Amino acid sequence: MSEQPTGTPMTGAQSLIRALECAGVDTIFGIPGGAILPAYDPLYDSTRIRHILVRHEQGAGHAAQGYAVATGKVGVAIATSGPGATNLVTPLADAYMDSVPLVAITGQVSSAAIGTDAFQEADIRGITMPVTKHNFLVTDPEQIPTTIAEAFHIASTGRPGPVLVDVAKDAMQARTTFRWPSELSLPGYRPVTRPHAKQVREAARLILESSRPVLYVGGGVIRARAAKELRVLAEATGIPVVTTLMARGAFPDSHPQHLGMPGMHGTVAAVAALQRSDLIISLGARFDDRVTGNLDTFAPHAKVIHADIDPAEIGKNRHADVPIVGDCREVIADLVVAVQADAEAGRRGDYTAWQQFLAGVSAKYPLGYDEPADGTLAPQYVIERLGALVGPDAVYVAGVGQHQMWASHFIGYEHPNTWINSGGLGTMGFSVPAAMGAKVGRPDTTVWSIDGDGCFQMTNQELATCAMEGIPIKVAIIDNESLGMVRQWQTLFYNERYSHTDLQRQAAAPVRVPDFVKLAEAYGCVGLSCDAAEDVDATIAKAMEIDDVPVVVDFRVHRDAMVWPMVAAGKSNDEIKFARDMAPEFDETDV
Amino acid sequence: MSRHTLSVLVENKPGVLARIAGLFSRRGYNIDSLAVGPTEHPEVSRMTIVVNVEDSPLEQVTKQLNKLVEVIKIVELEQSASVARELLLVKVKADAETRGRVLETVQLFRAKVVDVATDAVTVEVTGNSDKLEAFMKVLEPFGVRELVQSGMVAIGRGGRSVTDRNLRPIPAPPAAG
Repeated sequence: MSEQPTGTPMTGAQSLIRALECAGVDTIFGIPGGAILPAYDPLYDSTRIRHILVRHEQGAGHAAQGYAVATGKVGVAIATSGPGATNLVTPLADAYMDSVPLVAITGQVSSAAIGTDAFQEADIRGITMPVTKHNFLVTDPEQIPTTIAEAFHIASTGRPGPVLVDVAKDAMQARTTFRWPSELSLPGYRPVTRPHAKQVREAARLILESSRPVLYVGGGVIRARAAKELRVLAEATGIPVVTTLMARGAFPDSHPQHLGMPGMHGTVAAVAALQRSDLIISLGARFDDRVTGNLDTFAPHAKVIHADIDPAEIGKNRHADVPIVGDCREVIADLVVAVQADAEAGRRGDYTAWQQFLAGVSAKYPLGYDEPADGTLAPQYVIERLGALVGPDAVYVAGVGQHQMWASHFIGYEHPNTWINSGGLGTMGFSVPAAMGAKVGRPDTTVWSIDGDGCFQMTNQELATCAMEGIPIKVAIIDNESLGMVRQWQTLFYNERYSHTDLQRQAAAPVRVPDFVKLAEAYGCVGLSCDAAEDVDATIAKAMEIDDVPVVVDFRVHRDAMVWPMVAAGKSNDEIKFARDMAPEFDETDV
Repeated sequence: MSRHTLSVLVENKPGVLARIAGLFSRRGYNIDSLAVGPTEHPEVSRMTIVVNVEDSPLEQVTKQLNKLVEVIKIVELEQSASVARELLLVKVKADAETRGRVLETVQLFRAKVVDVATDAVTVEVTGNSDKLEAFMKVLEPFGVRELVQSGMVAIGRGGRSVTDRNLRPIPAPPAAG
């Protein structure tokens, strides 16, 4: 579509929709309302943008996140002023923590009414300043195309993140001329993507000199699309790999060098590898407290190479001996060149004893779980079978809590962007709308939401959207009738005083509220349920056969299952337990 | 804790001050003093921020400030290599009996009387924090009625400018489709 150099006359609202088209948007999740109404009129005519009418703005935001992570594109959500905009705050904060590229468009009251406490007025730019990468308020219709172009540029480059564009209603109603900008004026925004060659050489030197190195892989590797490069680096050096909750899928779970996830609920091998390491090579990770536990005792003997596109992450929590600012894909590619040059010159690190030690730990302390003594269904078994039957090409989207940790552990991830979850913010209710967004972005891929019964009840209204818009996601509710992770903490740290974590009334003849099967049917989905191990495979198979409507499976599981391993909050990673009161024993002579 | 003076060049756009103030408050850094004003480039404003932090949090402050899209450049001004000034306006009791001694003090500090009333004078004084502190110590016995003080502004010594900076735009991505 060619634009006249002088611009095309139209309304601000038309200019907004045209700008979104020019930014490459094909899908928007949203709900109309007063202040955004002008934009919905030209949106009705757009042949390039599919608008998906959600049932709650939070659903729009999480759906845009799911879409963004599944496709690698920028997700887009749209809402009206006031409550519409404030309902987007949680997804924006979530996207900010997990570096998800997102653009949120909100209507604002007319510019003359801004600041007067007008109907449905909220200072959404002020409210979202701490939870967005950047945000804009547009009151001049001429500024609409440039602002949209800048918003997409900021959201998708550097460390990705959410950008909010608040557009005053009168700017949308006014006449203007549309002109897609040829340049952007962002003098303060120059993300560094090329790593410094000297730092890369220094990193290669440390890698060569170390004897107990670990590749500590974070979500930045996924966002930088660097999984291939990572595999080359890992295999060229033989260095063991751990993948954080945000990086599951960045390195194949089936790979012999992979030790699993580190952190509070990490594998014993992954936690031990970091604790005993003499060199941590951090790639797109941020030494989050859920990974390090007590910082003072975290990896006490390790030097740190810290590569991140965000300079503020480097040295924030842990001192970096070799800081490298840059895009993970470029950093890893340069590291590969450097270590290969060393190898050709006959210099190669010797990590044999280290690899053997960690292989021993992995073999001695594999992930596992106990079957419930009362014969009820183990939640871990359900998730394990789901992963085995559905396979590594599907996309799995979790909520937050026990089921999230089990979904991280018991599904084998082989590819990046097949695992979507709320890591940093820990947003219950993330799963169903994010799964919806992922399915819209990748309609030919099976998308399973793995959700808890607590999480599910926060956002399940989006099943209506899925049913109406033909988005056949599948939902596995890991239904333990409680807020399971909180209950686990109450079991372990609050003397089994279950203060307000029961989601069902425990009675002799229990009535389940709500009945998830009936709820699914009410939303135009297929509802299934399963409460016995011998029926799990058949139930999953049945759900897999249905591909025209969403399916919800209520897996009624044992309520006292716990997530292991675990490092208690604030404790040292050295105090990891692989089961209740069970600490691993290491053969100290091995390393 | 130690005091650091940061010169922060920002785009002259609405909301920039709120972004910067918000960043300091939510990351738990205290601002000792803040002054904002225009520069020789109309599109650029300059903030002089005095923070009281250790070195490693200072690095975090600087890095987090740099992440703000509208922050163009940050320079830490070392005390020895920069000139720092604050402005103070003070209303001091001065009747026929004490006026002479007040005016003498004003002269000693190279301050300036900007307003006179029968029972008071208003004095303007500029200088670094030490000078203002010393001035106030001498003036206080006369009776301070009212005092207002600006944030610190500071500039590096020598001929070089921190505002020499490439503000050129970058190419926009082409329109899709």
